[in-house]
Amino acid sequence: MTDVQPQDDAGATEFVSLVAGKQSFCIKITEIREIRRWTPVTSLPHAEHAVLGVMNLRGTVIPIMDLAAKLGLGSIEPSTRHVIVVVAVQGRTIGLLVESVSEILTVTNDMVRETPAVRREDATRCIRGLVEVEGDLSRILDLGALLGGEREEAA
Amino acid sequence: MTTVLAIDDSLTIRQLVSQTLEAAGFSVTTASDGREGLVAFDKARFDAVITDVNMPNLDGFGVIEAIRNGTTNRRVPILVLTTESGAELKDRARRAGATGWIVKPFDDTALIDVLHRLTGGQARQ
Amino acid sequence: MNDSLKATFFAECEDLLEALSSGLAVVSEGAHDAETVNAIFRAVHSIKGAAGAFALTDLVNFAHRFETVLDRIRSGTLEIDAEVLRIITRSSDVLADLVEAAQSESGAIPEAMDGLVQSLTDLGEAPAAGGAAAADAFAFEPVAFAPICLDLPAAERVFHVAFTPHRALYENGHEPARLFAALAELGAVEVRCDTSRLPELDRLDPAESYLSWTIVLRGDIAEGRILQVFSFVEGLCDLTVDLVDEGVPHEPPALLVHESDGTDKGGAHMAPVDTPAPAAGPVGAAPGGAPKAARPATPGQPAAAPAATLRVDPERVDKLINTVGELIINHAVITQKVIASGIPQNSDLMADLDDYRHLAREIQEGVMAIRAQPVKPLFQRMARIVREAAEATGKDVVLVTEGEATEVDKTLVERLADPLTHMVRNAVDHGIEPAERRAAAGKPLPATVRLSAAHRSGHVQIEVADDGGGLNRERVLQTAIAKGLVSPDAKLSEAEIDNLLFLPGFSTASTVTNLSGRGVGMDVVKTTITSLGGRLTIASEPGRGSVFTISLPLTLAVLDGMVVSVGSETMVLPLASIVETVRPRPGDFMPIGPTGTLLSIRGAFVPVVCLGDVLGLGRHEIDASRSILVLIRTETGSQVALAVDGISDQRQVVIKSLEGNYRAIQGISAATILGDGKIALIVDPDAVVAMASQTPPLSPLADMEFHNDRRAAAG
Repeated sequence: MTDVQPQDDAGATEFVSLVAGKQSFCIKITEIREIRRWTPVTSLPHAEHAVLGVMNLRGTVIPIMDLAAKLGLGSIEPSTRHVIVVVAVQGRTIGLLVESVSEILTVTNDMVRETPAVRREDATRCIRGLVEVEGDLSRILDLGALLGGEREEAA
Repeated sequence: MTTVLAIDDSLTIRQLVSQTLEAAGFSVTTASDGREGLVAFDKARFDAVITDVNMPNLDGFGVIEAIRNGTTNRRVPILVLTTESGAELKDRARRAGATGWIVKPFDDTALIDVLHRLTGGQARQ
Repeated sequence: MNDSLKATFFAECEDLLEALSSGLAVVSEGAHDAETVNAIFRAVHSIKGAAGAFALTDLVNFAHRFETVLDRIRSGTLEIDAEVLRIITRSSDVLADLVEAAQSESGAIPEAMDGLVQSLTDLGEAPAAGGAAAADAFAFEPVAFAPICLDLPAAERVFHVAFTPHRALYENGHEPARLFAALAELGAVEVRCDTSRLPELDRLDPAESYLSWTIVLRGDIAEGRILQVFSFVEGLCDLTVDLVDEGVPHEPPALLVHESDGTDKGGAHMAPVDTPAPAAGPVGAAPGGAPKAARPATPGQPAAAPAATLRVDPERVDKLINTVGELIINHAVITQKVIASGIPQNSDLMADLDDYRHLAREIQEGVMAIRAQPVKPLFQRMARIVREAAEATGKDVVLVTEGEATEVDKTLVERLADPLTHMVRNAVDHGIEPAERRAAAGKPLPATVRLSAAHRSGHVQIEVADDGGGLNRERVLQTAIAKGLVSPDAKLSEAEIDNLLFLPGFSTASTVTNLSGRGVGMDVVKTTITSLGGRLTIASEPGRGSVFTISLPLTLAVLDGMVVSVGSETMVLPLASIVETVRPRPGDFMPIGPTGTLLSIRGAFVPVVCLGDVLGLGRHEIDASRSILVLIRTETGSQVALAVDGISDQRQVVIKSLEGNYRAIQGISAATILGDGKIALIVDPDAVVAMASQTPPLSPLADMEFHNDRRAAAG
């Protein structure tokens, strides 16, 4: 489950790196549907803090989440400078509001380090590994754990 | 290419027969009941006909009788595909003019062999 | 066996089972004719036939027994009485279960099967008629021709085969040459043709058979194999097969050939026999003759007469419906932009836009019609539910259906199956009284559960009614109080008490029997109906029974709504619940309690609920000078005034699910996309009223995480 599966013959996986809550994260490129500018959303009643609302993605209603808030890293005040990364996870399409998207990383399995188990909190639980990019650490997001995992564990 | 008309009200059987025979190099046309079968029969000259017995509109015996009493291709080999295997049914099939019969569920090779035998094609390829 | 073939099989089974249950419904009304019985027989027969191809032994065996009984009914040797009807009806249920088990590959054996197998076997064995038919198993070997042959791996044997075809052999499409070819596969053959019976040409009847053959066949051949070659022509020829040489290994058998006939010259090979048989045989029988040219260039043409129906992958239709929805929204967007650009209303462009709207609507209706489906199959499934529930509870209940031809969206039909099943079970389980109580009350037996469907002003109305004892309101209230769903001193109207049934947590293990089952309560039924954009209401009369009414939009995709604004948000209220809109004057309001407000309208007082408040969209004061009230009728029949900040439009909106990518939201039934591309939420007025009244207490709002399994919510 938490392995980084090789995506091509070279055993390498492509990730898109992004910044949320001033930290660097990356998401497997195959999980990303598209990346678009922030546009205002329709608020949802009684939604959890990190859910900003819903947006019309070519006729489909998708929820938009503040990734930083979801990870407990403070919330982003959305503006047109911000970016929505549309991801598909467990059959659902969800938009993640992030501060910026930086680059595409090609990561081989040996580049991935395990997440040191520090504390059981969202920010670390949803990270399935660390990858070093030019001296900086980027956190590999486990979208399943981030967006669906709680229920599964609670059940 | 040997052409076969397969008449059966069961889509599953029609597909099964088509797939089996096409894989063996036959060309198969299907029809879903007796009446439809006769319409198809009049439109092309088939080397053999495979028909179910129990069908709406016109049953298999009706199909055989109509073909045997018709004017075109009346001596085409007709194979009855049936779940029943009683001697009585065979008698009936034979009296109606069936060339042969095969009991469902049929074995792919048995069907192909019997067809080759009835159409004079080479058995076992 | 490939998967697509299996998929075909199961799809076909579904159709056949439906035909079976339609037929049985007719039979149970006592109004069947021969064709009905035939159709029933054929359905079972076809399932058996195709199931054999997949080696679904349980299914084949059961279908075979079932079919035997149906065959007796068909041939008139078995009368349909109540017991026979019961057995064949239950058998159709078991057959359906077996198909399902085969499809899910669960290997599950329906509980009722063993008992039914016995009943079917008993019925299948005709007491008077020769019981041989039933015993006739699935043997391929011809009976009359089957001397038991032990295939001893002997050395070369020599057989003499004398073969004289009758005229009928040719008429049945046989060719002697092909039989000889088959013999040639067994061993070495020498064929000799006897033409002595051929008449003079002028007296020759082309259809008559004049030729006969003798064949010498040698090889390590069992006699049975030879007979098998001729099995199809049994009775169509004179045939003798003699073993003339037991076959001592290595002994040259050539002698025998010469002994039989020394004059033969050309019969040893197939080619010579091919031509003479039968003299002037019909051209059609000759392979490779001129007729071949008459064949169409593509012999593998698709079935000459296509079936009357078209099977389409539902996903394609769904996609089309979605796209048409987009088209309609796109029209709205363009119209809005055109209006904003200041083009006059009576311009040509506006007229063209209007045509566009009509066309889009027409396409939409057409596409929707593809998915429209009569509720009949759904209702038929309920017949089975009633039977099972009645059997389990020992009650005598019949299901009466009305309006089976009513067409609704296919998706609706599918999604109604579970809630309806539950409601029907409930009706038998809880609605209908035990027989002794009915007898005491002088009520008729069997009891009746009535299932009806009808179109009512743009809605589909489905009712489940029972003629049982009605709701025991006292007990319902006590249960609700015991569970803390209402306070002990609450004063509730009858309608309000009835609606307690729909509260989450009302149904518990003690009230939900195994039957009503799956641990699903009426609250889940209600949630499902609401998520389909429908409403569920209840009416009950003590001693007379209860009626549950589901009212649904005709299609899932479109809703007539009123577009309102709440704070900065735009929302849609379903027109179906709206009674009227009111612009209140300050004097129309009357405070009640610390925070409550009542609206005085035509002498009645109606509670005012602030939509923005309830939905947590900021605090809203009810401001008589600004607020607009939308008077709605709730499912309990009471009226509530929803306060909003403005009303902008009344129109059809395309419903978009929120649950697909997010989850169900309390108070909101779905979303839609407005002309400007923005999303507006569609309000569920009843849920909003329930949330506002705080009876029942709201489910914890903190529990607003993503649903991992959406289906759990739909139940």
